[in-house]
Amino acid sequence: MKAAIVVFPGTNRERDMAIALRRVTGQAPRMIWHHETDLSGIDLVVLPGGFSYGDYLRCGAMAAHSPIMGAVRDFAAKGGHILGVCNGFQILTESNLLPGALLRNANLRFLSQDCYLRVEVENTPFTRRWKKGDVFRTPLAHGDGNYTADAEALAVLEGEGRVAFRYADAKGRVQADDAGSNPNGSVNSIAGVLSENKRICGMMPHPEDLVDPLMGGEDGLPLFEGLVEALVR
Amino acid sequence: MKVRVTVMLKDGVLDPQGKAIGHALHTLGFEGVQDVRVGKVIELDLHGVKAEEAHEKAGEMARNLLANLVIEDYSVEVVA
Repeated sequence: MKAAIVVFPGTNRERDMAIALRRVTGQAPRMIWHHETDLSGIDLVVLPGGFSYGDYLRCGAMAAHSPIMGAVRDFAAKGGHILGVCNGFQILTESNLLPGALLRNANLRFLSQDCYLRVEVENTPFTRRWKKGDVFRTPLAHGDGNYTADAEALAVLEGEGRVAFRYADAKGRVQADDAGSNPNGSVNSIAGVLSENKRICGMMPHPEDLVDPLMGGEDGLPLFEGLVEALVR
Repeated sequence: MKVRVTVMLKDGVLDPQGKAIGHALHTLGFEGVQDVRVGKVIELDLHGVKAEEAHEKAGEMARNLLANLVIEDYSVEVVA
């Protein structure tokens, strides 16, 4: 699996992502500056976390119109696999590659903490190493992670099994109006969603930051191991 | 032409900033504040276009970039 990480001005989590990808692929991912437009030979495009373009206008709004995103759209149209984490998720919604939007956290605070995610769907490239209902710990760090979508889009996401992860407590209980288990106030406690073909996944928390015992755990590793399995050539 | 684009969260979308400001106004003793909504005002200086075209162009800019139509509505006003 040859992975590429897109780097925008203001991106700051690309090296964390590179560590996770190197851990499972054994090779360094390609770093792609936002002015580039060539994704040839790439199996997985990753949009990492950070504050692209200083979060000006809306988080991810400017990045969605940068030159590389034209290539990413073509890559998606050809059935390419894309993972967007944190700011990367915001960029994917701003690019209309995923439905919905990320609003300011319900409590208006920047959150930097661990959370628990419940896996909602198995047998996708992003969740195949887990079983439905599995719970894992992952860090999150964002000010605008409050997922929302209109009723119609939500019905489609829920109906088609395109909610990948929900915020939960350590035992896997999901309660959307509980700030303890759903820290940013996301609708239906949604933490990550999938595209119609399940090849694009956006999520606010950072599984790449828990892939080594030295980081305090390997709870996020199954996501990356699963991607390698799914995309092996 | 000077054009003003106002971007507001859609009616059904919760506005926690507006809520916090509403609470603060109550704390300061301003009574009767029912609802507070926070938005953005973007002023554009457009050259070489008349009012009608300026209005149209600003609308196009709003739909493409200035507003996220999933969560926001916009209005355009030619001011000078």
